[in-house]
Amino acid sequence: MSKRPSILELVGVTKQFGGLTAVDHVDLKVREGEFFTIVGPSGSGKTTLLRMLAGMETPSSGDILLRDKLVNELPANRRPTCMVFQSLALFPHKSVGENIEFPLKMRGVARDRRRARALELLRLLRLPEGYYGRNVTQCSGGERQRVALARAFAYDPEILFFDEPLSAIDYKLRKTLEKELKDIHKESGKTFMYITHSLEEAMVMSDRIGVMRSGKLVQVGTPEEIYLHPRDRFVSEFMGEVNVIDVRKGPNGHAVGIELPGDFALPGGVAAFDTGHLVVRPESLRFLGSAGEAENHLRGTVYNEYALGSRIQYQVRVGEKVFIVERLRQQAYQGGLDQEVLIGWDAKDSILVTD
Amino acid sequence: MTTADASEALPPRAIARRRLRLRAGPLLSLPLLLLLAVGFLAPLLAVLGFSFSEPRSFALLAHPTLENYETIFDPANTVYMSFLWSLWFAFLSVCILAVVSYPVAYGLAKLFGRWANLITLLMVFPLFISENVRLYGWVLFFIKNGVLDGGLRSLFGFGIGDLLFTPGIIVFGMVYTYLPFMLFPMTLGLSMVPQEAVEAAGDLGASRLQIFREVELPLSLPGIIIGALLTFVLSVGAIAESKVLGGQAVIVITHDIEIAFTYAQNWPLGAALAVLLMLVVGALVLTVLRHLDLDRILGRR
Repeated sequence: MSKRPSILELVGVTKQFGGLTAVDHVDLKVREGEFFTIVGPSGSGKTTLLRMLAGMETPSSGDILLRDKLVNELPANRRPTCMVFQSLALFPHKSVGENIEFPLKMRGVARDRRRARALELLRLLRLPEGYYGRNVTQCSGGERQRVALARAFAYDPEILFFDEPLSAIDYKLRKTLEKELKDIHKESGKTFMYITHSLEEAMVMSDRIGVMRSGKLVQVGTPEEIYLHPRDRFVSEFMGEVNVIDVRKGPNGHAVGIELPGDFALPGGVAAFDTGHLVVRPESLRFLGSAGEAENHLRGTVYNEYALGSRIQYQVRVGEKVFIVERLRQQAYQGGLDQEVLIGWDAKDSILVTD
Repeated sequence: MTTADASEALPPRAIARRRLRLRAGPLLSLPLLLLLAVGFLAPLLAVLGFSFSEPRSFALLAHPTLENYETIFDPANTVYMSFLWSLWFAFLSVCILAVVSYPVAYGLAKLFGRWANLITLLMVFPLFISENVRLYGWVLFFIKNGVLDGGLRSLFGFGIGDLLFTPGIIVFGMVYTYLPFMLFPMTLGLSMVPQEAVEAAGDLGASRLQIFREVELPLSLPGIIIGALLTFVLSVGAIAESKVLGGQAVIVITHDIEIAFTYAQNWPLGAALAVLLMLVVGALVLTVLRHLDLDRILGRR
């Protein structure tokens, strides 16, 4: 996969609105046929970035290259890319069929060939052919989603952009559609570029993920790389709930807590540092019978517990700090609340980040 | 009756309460209903009654007759010309208004931003002054040796003579007077076009013209239709434009009706003309509304 040529290249792409820098010197190469997701909190500039790639905004500086051709000034209607909007932007006055055929009609394709292609796309997206004449406003959320996707496919773009199209859909259907989208990506072989604020969504679907923060692309990598080696505290915290311990360099390759007393063994391969954050995922923490059962340990009191279905989450107070411990139901904590406990983790299950 | 069954099962106090609630609606709308009956329905019925009364009489339906209608439909009578002029003027005004207003409405809805309020105010401003006064202003502008003709003469040494008292100037007057009534519904219609639908159309390869034809025009159609109906009805009923700007060059139907009621002292004939005008305009408007399903255009169904 990493050997594939890049289809889209961004060089120092920047967008300023007045005094505000929405996108700040983004460099990125998107590979042919990959599912690339940009994830970031709202206001991180991801939508602006996508709109520049789709041709709805022009970069203030920097270059966008599509198959090595500069497209900075190329308007959206002449770019071989297509966007699925957050609102889907279906045409309310047109039927499902007319919506799907729209890009073909704009190109002057004959009526019967348009119709044949629309029916083909309905099948590809698992919609009944009877939907051809139906009004889009009569379709459910999931169906509208598929109509928007079929319309984008009818354009036959080289890259499909997605601007959080699943964010307004309820949880269960969203999970189904995420997997479906990944299947469709695989079947179509097209390059997908997706933006979302949910890292969970990004993890499920993407080949690679780029994390954005305040207009900057902070880290790019596979879901595994981002999960196992977050570049900084922001990325690690963006992954979900994590425990963060501020530390500074201690003797014999250990770290010493800044707010918490203690001396912690570090995972292997840590670069030189003065101060940093030790990140421990809730599922890496466990309750210990004695201090010797794990390489690192802390003493605290169980403050509260929350059932999460197959797992149970505990809040453990250590001094002023609250730690989150997550265990499978089978390994549930047996003691009562407000009791003193020993929690611990192995050095290899923690991550040291310096930013 | 189901209501009777239901009330049997209810305690008496509940029945009383329900009756009171049922009566509250009609009771509260009574003042307005009375006002409409006296101020709107009664004059309408009076006009209808007079149209069947003896010509030149002032007695309502003393001797019911169809004579007024016979007079109007008499092949020798040329009053049908007035009808045709009125409908033609109204049709022309609506067409010109649609073309003239669309760019302004587009600007108000999409381009002018915070200037839109100021421009709207400027458009409404003339409405504060009586229509007749404004039309006399135009007379001074267009009259021979007036602002336009005189101005050209002193600047370039030649004038364009008198532009008044022609059918064209009547249409100009109608377009001028009824512009806000086309502009504002149209602006509303255009501002209801979702920006993302326009962007999506462009992204899917539509050119500027295609976006207009495929997305903006159909989605703003409700506003255009409402503006067109409003200005059509107003233009058919207009009289001041043809009297003030048009002189007596063309007699429109409303002018005929006025003549019948005042100068000719023939109320029944005027009433019959008014009834016919209402029927013609009403039929036209209803036909348009029937063939254009606003809900379907807006995608509500």
